[in-house]
Amino acid sequence: MSNKIVKTLREAIELSGLKEGMTISFHHHLRNGDYVLNMVMEEIAAMNIKGLTVNASSLFDTHLPLIDHARNHVVTKLQTNYMSGAIGRFISQGVMEELVEFRTHGGRPSAVESGVTPIDVAFIAAPVSDTMGNCTGKYGKSACGSLGYAFPDAMNAKKVIVITDSLVPYPLADWSIPETYVDYVVAVDAIGDPNGIVSGTTKITRDPIGLIMASSAARVIRHSGLLKDGFSFQTGAGGASLAAAKFLKDIMLRENIKGSFGLGGITGYMVDMLKAGCFQSLLDVQCFDLEAVESIRSNPKHQEISATHYASPSAKSAVVDSLDVVILGATEIDTDFNVNVHTDSNGFIMGGSGGHSDTAAGAKLSMIIAPLSRARLPIVTDRVTCISTPGKDIDVLVTQKGIAVNPRNKELGERLRQAGLPVVDIHELKRIAERITGVPQRLEKGERAVAKVIYRDGTLLDTIYSVSDIG
Amino acid sequence: MRRSMLFLPGNTPNIIINGDELGADAVILDLEDAVAPSEKDAARILVRNAIRLMKFEKSEVLVRINSMDSEYWKSDLDEIVPLKPDVIMPPKMSCAADVQAIDAYITKLESSLGIESNSVKLMPLIETALGVENAFQIAMASRRVCALQLGGEDLTADLRCKRTREGNEIDYARKRLVCAARAAGVDAYDTPFTDVNDDEGIYADTEYAKSLGFTGKASISPRHVTAINQVFSPSQEDIDYAYEVMEAIRIAKEQGRGAISLRGKMIDAPIVARAQQTIAMAEELLMMAGGGNE
Repeated sequence: MSNKIVKTLREAIELSGLKEGMTISFHHHLRNGDYVLNMVMEEIAAMNIKGLTVNASSLFDTHLPLIDHARNHVVTKLQTNYMSGAIGRFISQGVMEELVEFRTHGGRPSAVESGVTPIDVAFIAAPVSDTMGNCTGKYGKSACGSLGYAFPDAMNAKKVIVITDSLVPYPLADWSIPETYVDYVVAVDAIGDPNGIVSGTTKITRDPIGLIMASSAARVIRHSGLLKDGFSFQTGAGGASLAAAKFLKDIMLRENIKGSFGLGGITGYMVDMLKAGCFQSLLDVQCFDLEAVESIRSNPKHQEISATHYASPSAKSAVVDSLDVVILGATEIDTDFNVNVHTDSNGFIMGGSGGHSDTAAGAKLSMIIAPLSRARLPIVTDRVTCISTPGKDIDVLVTQKGIAVNPRNKELGERLRQAGLPVVDIHELKRIAERITGVPQRLEKGERAVAKVIYRDGTLLDTIYSVSDIG
Repeated sequence: MRRSMLFLPGNTPNIIINGDELGADAVILDLEDAVAPSEKDAARILVRNAIRLMKFEKSEVLVRINSMDSEYWKSDLDEIVPLKPDVIMPPKMSCAADVQAIDAYITKLESSLGIESNSVKLMPLIETALGVENAFQIAMASRRVCALQLGGEDLTADLRCKRTREGNEIDYARKRLVCAARAAGVDAYDTPFTDVNDDEGIYADTEYAKSLGFTGKASISPRHVTAINQVFSPSQEDIDYAYEVMEAIRIAKEQGRGAISLRGKMIDAPIVARAQQTIAMAEELLMMAGGGNE
């Protein structure tokens, strides 16, 4: 084969042998700027292929046309690790024929590799590719940085189609995914909108309550016994999480602590920590902003990793297993420390685990930062609406009104109390929240199941039920 | 100890429920400038319920009522006084008679409610040229007055000048207010620094206020609280010196000496008083920190 270039997307789909009942896959590194999923689904619908399973590492508002494809039976099943609220609202109203399968960023590659969720055709959006399919996200007008979630798809799908808007002559030396896995390459005008792919910058919160919680989180880490040379850390891109990273950076620099690695979802703030000498390296499964993209392109200490390497429970080892501390969010947490990040207070799907339960399971200290109430509803409840991450994997909850430590981690509770941190029982936090907000009525379960929440090891954690649209 | 006082809009439940988590020694629940006329009654009810419900364990509670030239101030007091807030802050106090009128109304309420007489304190807000000139009489007008608060924004409007970062336009008022308060034996609080994004400016402005003799400073932004608390807290050097002073006095007493000197300086009554204040403040700060080792 002189090259793998195929003139049109339709031709590539025809060559792949796609037919009714098959599974196709997409990665989400172009996030809300992604054009590829919609472009492919539109072509498939025009070809009148129906009954497909879409396995996408995450789904965003921009993928709303999927709902019409579900209504027209082009797509009958979804497998994903996260979906935004706009799509979730339709799913919660029962638009899909079959139950949505939610997995985790580590559980998904594990299921793909073991054949539990085989992929027939993987569509790899690639910001740059050569004519044989050596491709990467580090360059090009649609650069997104790491292609971590695309690796297992490329390595395990029966057919792999690379779709790029920056085709370069062979060979692309600095490839992420090599040609050995790729069947066809299609060049298109644009694979995404750069404004939606990466935010210009991720900002630290200036909200005083967020800063209070972030400061408490940093103090918890400091007194956990884990903050010493070799320390490893992951945090999200939310304002309070970033603020916690800032406070942590200050402590690490002041006390000359040399960490081993930062993990994630990498933001510019983690890049700053790398540059400041807080970590020896960054291990990056996904870039959140332009600074992270620039860093992975130019700094050899900033390493791209696959989703398998990041978090798969069936890999011989994954980075999350070596992680010291992770900071996570929650829409609800119950008095057994089970966390919900799948549904909102009305029961509508508005998220997903992503790497939440993978990192919580792997890290030595899993911390939830959340305000005690949101929109007049308490965060702490007797029982979460949906279990996204089991309580056994959560060590501590940090709120603006106190810190609750999981009774399973007695030593941590003792350490924090001795350090003078405001440690309170989680039931007390619930009581404080309810004194302010009142006790909300329990949500009634809908009539039919719409989604399964599958833990990283493949076991069923919970089932999400339908919601009647309340407007 | 009241170093920082944070204004919180009386019509924002989300901010009020977290009021005592923001690090301020006192919160001022505001029924006046922060609240539109159409929301005065809603804010009054919200502030009343918040005081009733919230414990405010970490912050003293003040309520800024509406001014006497409005139709609201008596309703504000009717609603708030029964909950026995620590301090009422009446705005635009220009003369002793203003304070006395409010004092009389609160006295009547206390009596009818069976609340101990004079238990509700007053912190007159001085924000007019006349109020500045009458600051001492205002401070002396009632037993309830525990401090004077300067309000720079309305004052500069009254003075017909611009409020600036440097604050030269309110320099006279600041100095006059401190002097009047100290002469009357009450505390003095500086006007808020209004640029919430100027992280350096708040430190400089607070340092200057402290140098003039202010007890503390009000703030309109939670982001200013840390700076105010830091500046108005004794430094480790101050604390060490205070303990040295007290130790020198103890030794002198043991040896039966009248005159005491430390580091080549005579220790007189004001130095002793300041040392005692510093130690009391340091001990209170230690208790507030819960003995933690941050």
